[in-house]
Formats: sequence, C-alpha cells, structure tokens
Amino acid sequence: MSLGLTIAVPRGALMNDTLDRLDAIGLDTSEVRSNDRKLLFGDIGVVTMRPSDVPTYVEAGAADVGITGKDVLTEQPERDVYELLDLGYGRCVMVLATIDGPDPSVEALRRLGVMRVATKYYKTAIAYFEQTGRQAEIVEVKGSVELAPLTGLVEAIVDLTATGTTLRENNLVIREELFVSTARLIANPVSHKLKAAAIDTMLEKLRAA
Amino acid sequence: MRPFADIDHTIHPIPSGTRDVLPDEMRELRDITEAVRGVFELDGYGEVWTPTLEYEAVLGRGGGAPPAYRVFDDHGEVLALRTDMTIPIARLVATRFHSSEPPLRFCYFAHAYRGVRPHRGQMREFLQAGIELVGSPAPEGTAEALSVMCHALTATGLRGYSIGLGDASLYRTLLRSFHVSEAVGDQLVAALVQRDFVLLESELAQLGLDDADKQLLLRVPQIRGGPEVLDAAAGPVAEAVAGLRRVYELLAPEVAERVIFDLGLARDLGYYTGAVFEVYDPALGAPLGGGGRYDDLIGRFGRPLPAVGFALGIDRLHIALTGEERAVQL
Repeated sequence: MSLGLTIAVPRGALMNDTLDRLDAIGLDTSEVRSNDRKLLFGDIGVVTMRPSDVPTYVEAGAADVGITGKDVLTEQPERDVYELLDLGYGRCVMVLATIDGPDPSVEALRRLGVMRVATKYYKTAIAYFEQTGRQAEIVEVKGSVELAPLTGLVEAIVDLTATGTTLRENNLVIREELFVSTARLIANPVSHKLKAAAIDTMLEKLRAA
Repeated sequence: MRPFADIDHTIHPIPSGTRDVLPDEMRELRDITEAVRGVFELDGYGEVWTPTLEYEAVLGRGGGAPPAYRVFDDHGEVLALRTDMTIPIARLVATRFHSSEPPLRFCYFAHAYRGVRPHRGQMREFLQAGIELVGSPAPEGTAEALSVMCHALTATGLRGYSIGLGDASLYRTLLRSFHVSEAVGDQLVAALVQRDFVLLESELAQLGLDDADKQLLLRVPQIRGGPEVLDAAAGPVAEAVAGLRRVYELLAPEVAERVIFDLGLARDLGYYTGAVFEVYDPALGAPLGGGGRYDDLIGRFGRPLPAVGFALGIDRLHIALTGEERAVQL
C-alpha cells in the first residue's frame, strides 16, 4: 500500500523509529529494513537518505514529505518547507560543552574577548551566540567535535547529545542547553496544496499512531 | 574525454545569482512573455517601465522585501535595486497619475533583485510578468486580477496549474474574535509565515483559551480544499471567510475550477491586506508566482486607492512548462 506520496526517510539514528511509525500507519516497510543498499522503494513511495539531505529533497519537491530532526531544520533555516508535526522520538539536546573544571570559555571571553567554539552546526552556533550577545569564533569541523577542546583548538563545542556518554568519556561537561531536538514531519509547499488530502490523512494517522 | 582543466580561453565570472540567457532559451522565454503580453494588452493593461534603480528611502515606504543591492550615486544618495515592481508602480501611480480617474490598469515585464540563496527557479536577478489593478476594490478587483492571471497562464500553454487562494487578514480577524492580544497575534502570524505548525501549536498551548478554541486556531490555517471548506466554516471562521466567498462567486467557471482555498496562506511581504494567492503546478516544487490585495500601499505614497496585483516568475513558468512537456512524453 502507498499513501500516494513520496516520503523522504532519514537513514541513521532516526531510521528505525521512523519505519516503525510508517508501519503503524499502514505502510509495509519490511523491504526497506531488509535492504541496506537500495535507496528508492517505489511501491510504498519511500526514498532513503542522510537526515541533512531531507530538507533539500522536500524543498525541491523531489519528495512530497519527509522526516528529519529539528537540529537539521535549525541548521537550514532558509529551506522553504512546512513543518507539520513533532513526532516526539529521536530526542536529543543541542548543548554548549567545555572541559570539566573552571569554564575555559568564560576565561577566554574575559581575557581575550572572544571564545572559540567547534561545531558541525555552523549556522546554529552563529545564531546562538548572536542572540546571547557573546563574541565567538566558530570553527567548523566535519568529524568528532569532542576532539577539538581536548587538543586546545577551541574552548567550547556546540553539539547534539542524546545521553551525554560521549561527552563524559571525553571529560566534557554541559554548560548550556540551546534547544531540544526531536523528529519532525515536513512537507513541500506545493505538495501541501496539491496533495492536501493525502498529506492530511498521513498527518492524522501519525498523530493517532 | 578532454579534461575540464584544458580550457584554453579566459573565463570571466558573473555575480552569484545571475546568469546569461542564450538564443535557444531566449526564444522559449519570448514565446512565454509574448503570450502573456497579448492577454494583458487585450484586458486593457498598459505596459510600463520604471527605473531598475530607485532611491532606497522611496522603496522603504512600501514595506516590501528589503533590497539586496545598494549603491551610492554621485550626490551620496543611497540607491537600491528594486525587489519587486509593485512598490515602483505604487510610486508611479501616486506621482504620475495623481488625478487620473480610477481604475488604472498597468502591466510590466521587468527584472527584480533579491538577496536569496540562488537555486533553480530562484535567482537573485529574476524576470517577472505582472499586473497592478489600482482603484478597484474587493471583491470585483480581486476577481478581475485572478481572471487575468488564469488567462495569461493558459495562453502560455500551461495545463496542470491550480491557484491557492487565501486572505492575509483572515487569521488576525479570527485571533481578534478570540480576544488574543496584537503582540501575541504577531508571534502566531510569524509562525504561520514561517510555515511552522509545530511552533504555532506550542505557542497556542500557552494561551489561556479553551482546548476547543486552541484546536480551532490550530486547525483553521491548515484547511485547504474546494469551495466545500467555505461551506463547512461556522461561527467566527465563517465571518473571516466571507470575503473569499464573495470573490469566488464572481469567478468564471474556468477560473473557479482552478481555485484551492487555503485558509493558512500567508505571503511573506508586509503590504498585503486582504485576498492573497499563489500559483502551483505539479511540475515544480515552488509557486510559479502570486499576488494579492494591498489596499493601503498606494496611500503610503500619497494617493489612497485600493489595489490588487500579481507577478509571475518567468523562469519558474518556463521550468513548469518544460516539466509538463516531459510528463506528456513519458
């Protein structure tokens, strides 16, 4: 069965919960679960991709709806998509963390006027420090952010954490919480009008599931 | 295959968000604009040109999109590249047609400039075709603009398009009927403009209203569909949609059948006061154009006249036409 929609499904941490929800509203996602290499499942209208690519496909209309984290949407604020539903799962917190002990970022701000912050979430970090009126140099890294404060590259990091385990293992402590991120259902603005009935049906079923 | 690095001539860059149009594409674009121009002329809309550069302070009166490109002239005045044609024409009407008998009908084919993230169908320099109907109030003026828009789109050969029709004042009217303060209303409308229903829901949850009223305020802006959605409206919603109903009753069948009512439609330009609309085609993931009523815009330039207009993005229209053509071939 298909909902008559192309659905962008995130691979990675959100994938299993997402497929559970799609099963619960009547799609049979067993083929998606059993086939790790295949990306497009035409029978049920599912395409799979990195969570950060979901807004790209949905904005362009290559997918009608998609599921991705609020962290991704916050990092791509210019995307023209509808945010329809907080799905509740995939709960993580965007945090500002530093090495345990006296806060080195406070020391840096006081004596040098600028704190250096490593992150994969460049726009999120820029916006946060602007809103809180602090001068920060944002260092964009692609790999493990936890390494940056340990080597002296930066005084602090902005990163997403679910349990805090990786932070603790690297002797980092949470200093501030920016926002809570959960999975969201998003929709293309044109599909939202031209496929209104299909999208509303999916939305109601997901609310009830 | 020849490596790309073997280029043996000089490459001169052009600014981000601009592009060259070469003869093959230009012929297709001309076919579109000539078809649209024919309809505008036939319906009595006289074409105008206005300067691409205007004084920033004059554009600022209109409250449209903020200009992306500014320059100083030789007297130190700040000039800006226009972000649409609606504000220049409001200026033109107040200045050059200050005593002409309304209604006035103008059309334009002109480039506008915005500081957007360039992607397909949305460049920083883009060509718009549109009309402004000045001095013709709702509902008649709105119905005329919608008809002209439909005839123009049909003349280009576009088949699958629909028109989303909403009202920029609808949600505010509704909020006022529930005695929601203006400041809180601003936040709720901002969530709607951002298309963020999760944010809208969490902000509504904080209001001291009955659950049923909160549900209504969350549900109404998500209502889309045919004229049956107006019939289903009751109580304060029925009052808020009365204006849309009057417009709809004036539309010819070939226009009315294209209309999808969208009670949450909120366009991001500040000057809209009443009916707003957008054009959608299944061949493109973004609206092809849109417009609406701005009944107090021309008054800001000194001649209080109700007005309505729309602009079509010629590049987007071209992409949608190509997409429809491909869909037929498949």
